[in-house]
Amino acid sequence: MKYLREEIFPTKFCSGCGCGTVLNCYAHAIDELGLNPENIVSVTGIGCSSWIPSPYLKCDTLHTTHGRPLAFATGVKIMKPDMDVVVIAGDGDIAGIGGNHLIHSARRNLDISVFLVNNYIYGMTGGQVSPTTPMGHPTTTTPYKNIEHPMKIAELVAAAGASYVARWTTYNVFPLMESMQNAFKKKGFSFIEILSPCPVAHGRKIGMREGQDYLNMFKEKAIKIEKVKNLSEKELEDRIVIGKFVDRERTEFTESLRKLNQERIGK
Amino acid sequence: MIEIDEELCKGCGICTDFCPMKVLETSDKINKKGYYPPKAVKEDECLGCRLCELLCPEFAIFIINE
Repeated sequence: MKYLREEIFPTKFCSGCGCGTVLNCYAHAIDELGLNPENIVSVTGIGCSSWIPSPYLKCDTLHTTHGRPLAFATGVKIMKPDMDVVVIAGDGDIAGIGGNHLIHSARRNLDISVFLVNNYIYGMTGGQVSPTTPMGHPTTTTPYKNIEHPMKIAELVAAAGASYVARWTTYNVFPLMESMQNAFKKKGFSFIEILSPCPVAHGRKIGMREGQDYLNMFKEKAIKIEKVKNLSEKELEDRIVIGKFVDRERTEFTESLRKLNQERIGK
Repeated sequence: MIEIDEELCKGCGICTDFCPMKVLETSDKINKKGYYPPKAVKEDECLGCRLCELLCPEFAIFIINE
């Protein structure tokens, strides 16, 4: 609780929303690592999940335009390389509108941590279809059903070249917390996709009106990445693959930039 | 020891459903916002696993391990 601005509690999230759980894990991860919140910059975009660090967490926060938190975070990290830059945003924000920023930040291997809270929908703006909405789910903009295939963001970022990629749900709180700590420690682009309930905008259309329905679904459908090797794509269609996808060492962008500056202009 | 801040609770019921020992139960009192917060009915059976503390989206439950 010492990392939070207590005067604005209770949070603005709906009852059963997973964003509070993510904030809870984030605060606990910072606490267990013993980090000073004054050394953290949280950059967020627009959406429900962008309300996670700002205004509740006692750190510097930058609430930016829709889909562009990674562009802002690039600037912050280049000018303040000693600070931990964390981007927390939703699926519609950095996978939908800012999708290209995500791919190219991962390609450059910029030293930031990105926590993508995937709630399957554009929740704040009224439940429009997002790139991660599962096929067949009705939404406000697809009233009959969604006919598009959902995007697998963690796999995409892993292929784009990030240093650390993991996927967890809000049910797996302890591994999620551990993963967040690893993301903080990792030099390079660390990305965690967190599947989160949205019982109000997404769940009401498919009969999952409580947060518990989602957590039970995560519990049933989740399968560890170590166990999927022998399964076909068809068997995995309805499952959620969780775990650590990638953990590797690659050259980091800000370091290379500084080195180049030193060589060419001497500062 | 289980510490519950009843005024922060939004009554989602995640803590009562997912407690492995079913220590928590929905109480019949309502808080200022009109939600039913949980109450600890079998506090001596609590394992101190902190699942409720981490799952709670509202920072309403804290487990203090002695």
